[in-house]
Amino acid sequence: MPINILMPALSPTMEKGNLAKWLKKEGDTVKSGDVIAEIETDKATMEVEAIDEGVLAKIVVPEGTADVPVNQLIALIAGEGEDPKSVSAAGGAAPAGAPAKAEAPKPSPAPAAPSEPAPAQQQPATTAAPQSAAKPNGGAQGQRIFASPLARRIAKEAGVEIGMIQGSGPHGRVIERDVRAAMAGGGAKAGPAAAAAPATATAPAKPPAPTAPSDAQVKALFEPGSYEEIPHDNMRRTIARRLTEARQTVPQFYLTMDCEIDALLKLREQVNAAAPKDKDGKPAWKVSVNDMAIKALAMALMRVPDANVTWTEGAMLRHKHADVGVAVALPGNGLITPIIRAAETKTLSVIANQMKDFAARAKSRKLKPEEYQGGTTAVSNLGMFGIKDFTAVINPPHSTILAVGGGEQRPVVKGGQLAVATVMSVTLSCDHRAVDGALGAQLIGAFKELIENPMGMLV
Amino acid sequence: MAEQYDILVIGAGPGGYVTAIRAAQLGFKTAVVDREHLGGICLNWGCIPTKALLRSSEIFHYLQHPKDYGLTIEGKVGFDAGAIVKRSRDVSARLSSGVGFLMKKNKIDVIWGEASIDGPGKVTVKPATKSVQGPPAPAPKGALGPGSYQAKHIIIATGARPRVLPGIEPDKKLIWTYFEAMVPKEIPKSLLVMGSGAIGMEFASFFRTLGSEVTVVELLPQILPVEDAEIAALARKRFEKQGMKIFTGAKVTKVEKGADSVTATVDDGKGGTQTIAAERLISAVGVVGNIENLGLEKLGVKTDRGTIVTDGLGRTNLPGIYAIGDVAGPPMLAHKAEHEGERCVDAIKGLHAEPLDKNKIPGCTYCHPQIASVGLTEARAKEQGLEVRVGRFPFVGNGKAIALGEPDGLVKTIFDSKTGKLLGAHMVGAEVTELIQGFVIAMNLETTEEELIHTVFPHPTLSEMMHESVLDAYGRVIHVKPLSGIHGRVRGEAWWIPALRFASAGMTRASVT
Repeated sequence: MPINILMPALSPTMEKGNLAKWLKKEGDTVKSGDVIAEIETDKATMEVEAIDEGVLAKIVVPEGTADVPVNQLIALIAGEGEDPKSVSAAGGAAPAGAPAKAEAPKPSPAPAAPSEPAPAQQQPATTAAPQSAAKPNGGAQGQRIFASPLARRIAKEAGVEIGMIQGSGPHGRVIERDVRAAMAGGGAKAGPAAAAAPATATAPAKPPAPTAPSDAQVKALFEPGSYEEIPHDNMRRTIARRLTEARQTVPQFYLTMDCEIDALLKLREQVNAAAPKDKDGKPAWKVSVNDMAIKALAMALMRVPDANVTWTEGAMLRHKHADVGVAVALPGNGLITPIIRAAETKTLSVIANQMKDFAARAKSRKLKPEEYQGGTTAVSNLGMFGIKDFTAVINPPHSTILAVGGGEQRPVVKGGQLAVATVMSVTLSCDHRAVDGALGAQLIGAFKELIENPMGMLV
Repeated sequence: MAEQYDILVIGAGPGGYVTAIRAAQLGFKTAVVDREHLGGICLNWGCIPTKALLRSSEIFHYLQHPKDYGLTIEGKVGFDAGAIVKRSRDVSARLSSGVGFLMKKNKIDVIWGEASIDGPGKVTVKPATKSVQGPPAPAPKGALGPGSYQAKHIIIATGARPRVLPGIEPDKKLIWTYFEAMVPKEIPKSLLVMGSGAIGMEFASFFRTLGSEVTVVELLPQILPVEDAEIAALARKRFEKQGMKIFTGAKVTKVEKGADSVTATVDDGKGGTQTIAAERLISAVGVVGNIENLGLEKLGVKTDRGTIVTDGLGRTNLPGIYAIGDVAGPPMLAHKAEHEGERCVDAIKGLHAEPLDKNKIPGCTYCHPQIASVGLTEARAKEQGLEVRVGRFPFVGNGKAIALGEPDGLVKTIFDSKTGKLLGAHMVGAEVTELIQGFVIAMNLETTEEELIHTVFPHPTLSEMMHESVLDAYGRVIHVKPLSGIHGRVRGEAWWIPALRFASAGMTRASVT
């Protein structure tokens, strides 16, 4: 019986994806573990590995196809002793919601392998299967949420949104252990929402808003042929959707402060000079001003824990760690916010190296969903472009985002005397549902204190 | 050329044959090997024939009290031990041949003999040399014989056998295991039962009802050691009322055999020593896994204290070799074996399968009164640091129980007071073994007290007591004075406080005996 390869779900929220590239041709031999295709999702490009062996008999969905629903049949593998030319789909595509078969995305645990397994192949089977294919429960869409009464009660009492929890019970039903796991891991609080990044100097346009003019209306305003139509990729759609949602649902206000960073720049020089070099002469770390801003914001949140929160309808979620998202611009037009988890616990060198790795992988769109989903706050820095001051759009479930401008020498008044200092303006956007003005001011005050007395970040 | 199977199951007990059927359903070419009888201990020497015996003793018990039901019997009510045993054996034989039919219908090959594993995928079957009752059992019609067989996956389901205490080895004549106790030629006048688990208490109950003087000796501080202490204490009262002598925290230290009787020395745990003479002794001190002669040691299959170590889906440390049921560890129950087997095969197929949650496996003891339970006992829940709400409802407050003439018993429920999670349910009394599944379903579906409170239980049934017990845990019990719940713990013997009022007029207060 030929083996169906279905469109895998690469993240819990994924409903469809683009089939970016086939790495195997029809007739190629496929071994377990071979990367056979690349799938492009909202934010990342993922590799699809084969679990079964055989010959790639037929590619059903050609590369470059957009919006392929999860669990749609994308290819067929002919098993041992089967004629690759004569295979046809075994039972057609699985119904949506069925566990993804045959293929496993790299970042998630392998789902169950169907039929005829050799004993050695069994390890990935079973328990992992429902998670990798599960979708969030869909409460947000007003659909029925499948959850046990006990799971509902525990979630309610803990203030956890049950619709955001992946179920591991029969048919994806949310059961007690899922809620307990979500409470322990904080996963449910943050939700599996894709983290679109927010650094925008002006308010974003609002393409998907219900009141927005139709595409035709917009096009009518321009001379035909005077423009080029560039199809949206998934990342662009996600940015548009998420930030529109944020602007429409989050009441935001902004607090701006100037920070003198001469001491910080000096410390940074010392820190970097102290980095040991390897045999090629490469230093073990190179800390940037942005890395120091990440650390300062994380520590400021620890000093003002009431601001390290996420609003939900049921309760305020006060986080134990500061998970700081960092907006990373991608070549062309696009951005993503990988997250430095528990940034308050990490040294500057660790943050610097993690950011270096994130930036590199973000640019090749190889970040895993768990590396950019969730977070409690974010930093967006446009200083390198000479931007003096700007506001950023909050990226839920965060309650704040810090927009960091460029450091420049400005005249300042010190003790009645005019002096010159290197000044960096920062603007904190706050979700007023969770963080009030005075609390926001305390947070940005704590940030300024740390930035201007940066030795505090080393101890 | 040796036969090539996808799945070969060693042992055709309730675990093994169910595993084989599930494998066949999934399209695997399947065989099952047994040396003695399809259906294993369960059908032939355990669950089923003992239920047949207990049914005879139960009816005998009713016939001794005809007046309770307004009946008269002229002449003497008696029994024929041989006929009771024959009925029990006929029941087993009928079900065992039923298993043969199921194997055939599912196209599962039955291989007759003793299997050992030579290596991954290779099994040798030799002729069986003996059976429980003597010479080897004849092969069922159509069974394959000894030889070499090959299978991609080998599932060990060889079950367990009675544990033997040194110095008190069963001799089939004076010292019995369940094998001999199940086929007595006559009912012994006196009987000493060592061990008060399900097996021990069922035989104690059977023989006591038929007139034996029964003494039970239990090492642990309570009878039915795995059950809730309150339930076990109530059961003990009933047994003692029936005339059983029970020693707990006690130990048989020596057994001397006479011509047709034994004399046991019992350390009663309080510093005293008792000498108990009895015609027969039943050793029911647990069971041990059948891990021998399978070639496990040579292959390096990991075992621990007489059972095979598995990962919850039956996988041993060697790929391609699995174990399920009693031989894979406690609780040693037929229904646990069946579920383990199904999950093991599902996992082999690559279907979604999860390890069995042992906390949700019910346990039943079919003595009179019956005992049934699932989940945590009150003591275990408290040991785990859980805050509990306990509900109780006595049989005496239930209309159907009174109508049946069964006013003794209790349904006890234990909830997590924070979440309303049903942690455990424990029952003693008539037909409770048929009731417990309701709570098992509730636990599996993760209901809270709310769904149970809002579930309509049919009237008049014994099952209403399950509902009332939940109501009691939440301070809203109807047919009895509130015992637990908001009014706190019940005191001492108060569980049997009769209802102050009954739903139907004309029902009188039940007498408390």
